[in-house]
Amino acid sequence: MSTPQLYTILVYSENIAGILNQITAVFTRRQVNIESLNVSASSTPGVHKYTITCFCTLEMVKMLKAQIEKRIDVLQARYFTDEDIFILESSLLKISTPAMLDNPEVCQIVRHHGGRIVEVNPTYSAVEKTGRTEEILSLYEDLNRLGVVRQFARSGRICITRGTREQLDDYLAEREREHSAGAQE
Amino acid sequence: MTGAESLMRSLELEGVKTLFGYPGGAIIPVYDALYDHHDTLNHILVRHEQGAVHAAQGFARVSGEVGVAIVTSGPGATNTVTGVADAMIDSTPLVVICGQTGAAQLGTDAFQEVDVVGMTQPISKWNYQIRRAEDVAWAVSRAFYIARSGRPGPVVLDFARNAQVGEVDFEPARVDFIRSYVPAPKPDAEAVAEAARLINNAVKPLVLVGQGVELAGAQQELRELLEKAQIPAGCTLLGLSALPTGHPLNKGMLGMHGNLGPNVMTNQCDVLIAIGMRFDDRVTGNLKTYARQAKVIHFDIDPSEFNKLVHADCKVLGDCRETLRALLPLIKPNTHQSWVDGFAPYAEQEYNKVIRGAIHPEGGPLLMGEVVRAVSEATQHQAVLVTDVGQNQMFAARYFQFSQPRSIVTSGGCGTMGFGLPAAIGATFGAPGRTVCLFVGDGGLQMTLQELGTIMEQQAPVKIILLNNNYLGNVRQWQTMFWNHRYSFTPMMNPDYELIAKAYGIPARTAVERPDLAAAIDEMLGTDGPFLLQCAVREEDDVLPMTPPGANVDEMLLEIQ
Ligand SMILES: Cc1ncc(C[n+]2csc(CCOP(=O)(O)OP(=O)(O)O)c2C)c(N)n1
Ligand SMILES: [Mg+2]
Repeated sequence: MSTPQLYTILVYSENIAGILNQITAVFTRRQVNIESLNVSASSTPGVHKYTITCFCTLEMVKMLKAQIEKRIDVLQARYFTDEDIFILESSLLKISTPAMLDNPEVCQIVRHHGGRIVEVNPTYSAVEKTGRTEEILSLYEDLNRLGVVRQFARSGRICITRGTREQLDDYLAEREREHSAGAQE
Repeated sequence: MTGAESLMRSLELEGVKTLFGYPGGAIIPVYDALYDHHDTLNHILVRHEQGAVHAAQGFARVSGEVGVAIVTSGPGATNTVTGVADAMIDSTPLVVICGQTGAAQLGTDAFQEVDVVGMTQPISKWNYQIRRAEDVAWAVSRAFYIARSGRPGPVVLDFARNAQVGEVDFEPARVDFIRSYVPAPKPDAEAVAEAARLINNAVKPLVLVGQGVELAGAQQELRELLEKAQIPAGCTLLGLSALPTGHPLNKGMLGMHGNLGPNVMTNQCDVLIAIGMRFDDRVTGNLKTYARQAKVIHFDIDPSEFNKLVHADCKVLGDCRETLRALLPLIKPNTHQSWVDGFAPYAEQEYNKVIRGAIHPEGGPLLMGEVVRAVSEATQHQAVLVTDVGQNQMFAARYFQFSQPRSIVTSGGCGTMGFGLPAAIGATFGAPGRTVCLFVGDGGLQMTLQELGTIMEQQAPVKIILLNNNYLGNVRQWQTMFWNHRYSFTPMMNPDYELIAKAYGIPARTAVERPDLAAAIDEMLGTDGPFLLQCAVREEDDVLPMTPPGANVDEMLLEIQ
């Protein structure tokens, strides 16, 4: 049994209602917590993309992949470690403006972490930060130590793969080939 | 025409001739359409929706066709859930059609509205809510394609009332391709070659036969493999009739109450060849010690079965009829003489310690084992065996013998009490020329007893053999063995079953004494139509041998201390 680590699972499905439920049910049954989840349209028309992260063993992530792919309307599920993908997460922080003006450290920390102040009004200011989980959490923790954070929101991970081939396209092309070959038989 | 009428046309196009169902408000339009299709669609009115699904399962299991059930919304749909779950775990092709509130009322807690799609999502192979009459033809065709292809399973169609009454120009649909679904991947020549290499080099190979062999129609290919290389085999509960019981290489049943030889030898073989089986915990016992010495070859159509419980050294994905066909030419003839001979002492030991006493008792009350064997013999081992769940099931599986494929109908993965009676009804429709024998306990019979009404109305020729021990016997056995004889709510007061049969006009007889058994069986088999034979069997009998739960597969108990 390998040691648990963070995996990012990319799932592609037909655009049909109820698939998210089917996918998350696989995690629930195997008692694996979903760390983050993002659903969006993919670059292929009519295909939805789910980006899911979770901590588990290699054996488990293989099982999750197989059980997700078993759902009829799922096209493909693949898993990656962080080296295999470009990753982005985003976050928003709401900070008390008076507290920020009182303490010059606040602005220094925001700048130091590469955050962006996108709104300032007399009551609060909004800070935006994109990056990897650790970078976002580190900004949050530094600001939180100063007691100035009123709200914090972090998005699910999105990613694109580093591979040179587009495996979903390959899969769809292969299926189309099989289908037309079958039709000619 | 209406959506309901296009359902009828679509069912006819799929070749459906028999369906099991129960009407209600939200499905009346479909029943109204059915009224005009008497000639082509034989609808069997059951007495409870659970019965409809189990009957459809029994029908599907013996015939290899898709079983169909039609029910109303709300409680009608919830009553099907047990059967759908049962069909899912036992890979039985079904299409279950439930009525539903009109689309405009969905989500408003309308009368008899339940979230059928949400409820059956984890227990069905696919489900779909039909909200427009235009979608009927497509959804029905897709449902049948999914239910019967690949690893079969249940599909649930949630048919909104407005789609039943809505008007549509019917256009037949034929779904035979879904790009996101690969039902039976083509055999991979390399995997097949690797499997052949492992088998050819094996000194002590053992084949595990699962229901996948029956589902693929690969019984002949299996036999050729076994005979060509002289490989002994054990069968899972659901795979029992994939290989004739009397075949010299059939070494018996695997699992908790299976035969000693194949279980013990699982931990001695050097190559384990699993074909269309899923390493259920009732088969493997303790996984940590299961077949650790062996190289494992796993033939399966469902890639999610590989490495799920037992690591496979060689995975052969595909329909096992195709993969076995590709394998056969690569297999070298062999004898494995001493290995095959090694099963005999175990068979002898089991016969002496367990089997002889179970089928030829010297005195005392009737035993389940002897009743089962006597019925099997009286049918020349040609009958379809249907069982309920419990000791009756295990004794039936151990002592019934099979000579034809698709001859065992039992609830394996779910262990659903109440499955037997309705499943047996379905089996009489799925295999009309064959004798259908149901073995059922006093507990399980009462779980779906109402289906005697269906038997009465249809004169369905089910031979019901009630093995009455006045106990929830299987649980009682566990209480005896593992819970210090504390029989908490397992003794059970029984009604007069002959009187019940009489109320339904079903001929009945009770056998109490050993000398009466043969005549009673003759009367049952000699009577046209249904028959209830009640056998008063020993109250506290135990199914043996037994691998206690979690014990090693080769540590079977032959007796209880
Ligand atoms: C629906 C359902 N409820 C409970 C059980 C648990 N259970 C398994 S076997 C059994 C006893 C069955 O008694 P009976 O039908 O009389 O059969 P016997 O074991 O006595 O042959 C019970 C209660 C079950 N398998 N299914
Ligand atoms: Mg009983």
